Amino acid sequence: MKLIPSAALLSAFIVASGMAQAETTLSVLIDNNPETIAAFDALTAAYTAANPDVTFDIEQRAGGAEGDNLVKTRLATGEMADVFAYNSGSLFQALNPSETLADLSDIQGNVIDSFKPVVTSPDGVVRGIPFGAAMGGGIYYNRKIYEELGLSVPKTWAEFMANNEKIKAAGKVAVAQTYGDTWTSQLFVLADFYNVQSAVPNFAADYTANAIKYATTPAAVQGFQNLEDVFKGGYLNEDFGVAKFDEGMRMVALGEAAHYPMLTFGIGTVKQNYPDNVNDIGFFAQPGTDAAKNGLTVWMPMAAYVPATSPNLEEAKKFLSFVASVEGCNTMIGAIGATGPYLIEGCELPTDVPASVADMLPYFQTEGMTAPALEFLSPIKGPALEQITVEVGSGIRPAAEAAALYDQDVEKQAKQLGLPNW
Amino acid sequence: MTAKRRSPYPYWFVLPAAVVFTVLFLVPTIASFWFSMTRWDLFQTEFIGWDNYRQFFKEPFLVQGLTNTLIYAVVTSGAKTILGLLLAVLLTSGILWQGFLRSVVFFPVLVSTIGVGITFAALMHPTKGAINIALSYVGIDGPSWLSDPTLALYSVAFIDIWKGVGLATLIYIAGLAAISPEYYEAARIDGATRSQQFWRVTVPLVQPATVTVVTLSLIGGLRSFDIIWATTKGGPGFASDVLASVIYKQYQAGFYGLATAGNVILFLLIAIIILPLTWWFNKREVDL
Repeated sequence: MKLIPSAALLSAFIVASGMAQAETTLSVLIDNNPETIAAFDALTAAYTAANPDVTFDIEQRAGGAEGDNLVKTRLATGEMADVFAYNSGSLFQALNPSETLADLSDIQGNVIDSFKPVVTSPDGVVRGIPFGAAMGGGIYYNRKIYEELGLSVPKTWAEFMANNEKIKAAGKVAVAQTYGDTWTSQLFVLADFYNVQSAVPNFAADYTANAIKYATTPAAVQGFQNLEDVFKGGYLNEDFGVAKFDEGMRMVALGEAAHYPMLTFGIGTVKQNYPDNVNDIGFFAQPGTDAAKNGLTVWMPMAAYVPATSPNLEEAKKFLSFVASVEGCNTMIGAIGATGPYLIEGCELPTDVPASVADMLPYFQTEGMTAPALEFLSPIKGPALEQITVEVGSGIRPAAEAAALYDQDVEKQAKQLGLPNW
Repeated sequence: MTAKRRSPYPYWFVLPAAVVFTVLFLVPTIASFWFSMTRWDLFQTEFIGWDNYRQFFKEPFLVQGLTNTLIYAVVTSGAKTILGLLLAVLLTSGILWQGFLRSVVFFPVLVSTIGVGITFAALMHPTKGAINIALSYVGIDGPSWLSDPTLALYSVAFIDIWKGVGLATLIYIAGLAAISPEYYEAARIDGATRSQQFWRVTVPLVQPATVTVVTLSLIGGLRSFDIIWATTKGGPGFASDVLASVIYKQYQAGFYGLATAGNVILFLLIAIIILPLTWWFNKREVDL
């Protein structure tokens, strides 16, 4: 009983002293990926150490489609946290950013130019800052298996399939697939976009304008064809239909499978679960038809945003300008290491990055060796793609038919966004 | 029943219930009809007439979803009705450990659906699942129960039956208890065999329970979602998609107007199937 009055007194004291120092508590909403949590913990701790009058209240949310729903609902009802982390690109466009998000164009000093378009709302205002490292989409491979069988990194899809044949002949699983997490099935299609663009340079713009289709563009159908090929070749792990992302990373890390198509953030999972095997994994971009035109499809990092309705707009922006600074970037590297380049001017990666990250960096260092994934060039991404790619990858639907079905799926998204010509 | 009698209670007695009903049921129902006619992204709405309905019926996975919904509802409802009745007869026959067995049969009803889904997803794992490991001991190479497109829907239906049959059994046990033992006595005196007693006495007289079980399980099957989402998420691909999971995916994708239109269609579909069914059952009941 005695506790209550004293606790009340204490809190009254805290409130009073807080008011004296203009203390602010910023609420933060982030996804529950362990790396995001670790990075945000480090950032907020560093910021509070420098600015004792600002504290944080961090809340986690689910990722994937469930998280999309939550973010949209919170924004629509005006209950969004002061700062939140969310995808850039087409998912950002679906948030109705011109109306729901605050203008962050005055804290872009250190942000690399290539990032800005993916957080720019239709009215031309930059509304986010990069949070985390850029990723590549490609294929992880087990270096021990490659060494043992004397294989070399493929530069064309034909070479890749030849490697698969040899691996299969050696009695090993050539390609790990994990359709239990349906999103992982999209990689062969999405990570093929560098090859699509090098064949059809105007694809993204024409696609948004409804002037070109997947089904009628052979280079675009190829991604679906890749999925069909690895299934028909019998290269997959036996439990491909139910295995999950974590298991895919385990298979390629421990040599249970030779390849796993994935985004480069996957190495974080290996670092956490199989630290001894981090350097057994290498990485290469998804090969296309021409060895001379081999390049990497790149995913922009997530971004941090401030909702337009935030009562702590100024404080939130000050915090985010710290996140987008070299110091903020170094804090993140200290907490979670580097899985790819951070899009902050002057933020250098450490020299001791994992082998798969070292494999990826040369693509970024050569002009024209990277292309953004389609979702960063066009606001349209069909919601059923992951089901369609599971179908192709499980031999339920042939590639050409799947591409046509995806074109139909995309139409809904375009109409919902109210794009012209649809 | 037909003669209208003036209620002895004043009308304002219904007010509390009417307010709750209006706020929680009537208003949202009418609102959903409105939203189903709009393009709605939670931030703004734009009236687009019947476009959402047109789009929904164009949905390539809709036909399969509808077929699957009907298959799923009929299979689960049929199996629950038949198994429920047989189990109820068994569990009222005075067998050993009757009380214990009744609770065993009813137990799955109490477990959370998501928990059941996750458990069965593990049991039905193609290589590490207990079911296929057990089958391999007798030399059978078990299939991928949940990721084989021809099997997935039936595997989920099986889980649903396992989980729901306890409730059907319970309703039937109550229905059987209401049958007067005199009917059986009379049947026995007339020399009826056990199977004749079952078909001529039990089945007709347990009709009210059958109506309840069929109606409840059919409605449950038609709008079934949670167990499908917990096990296959409608997959592989669209192989085990039902109407409710197709609708849910539209919500997830942010097509709120379209998804609402889907819900209106589901509402109408259930009404179209269930209303005549109850009417027919009730008519037969009077005929008895």
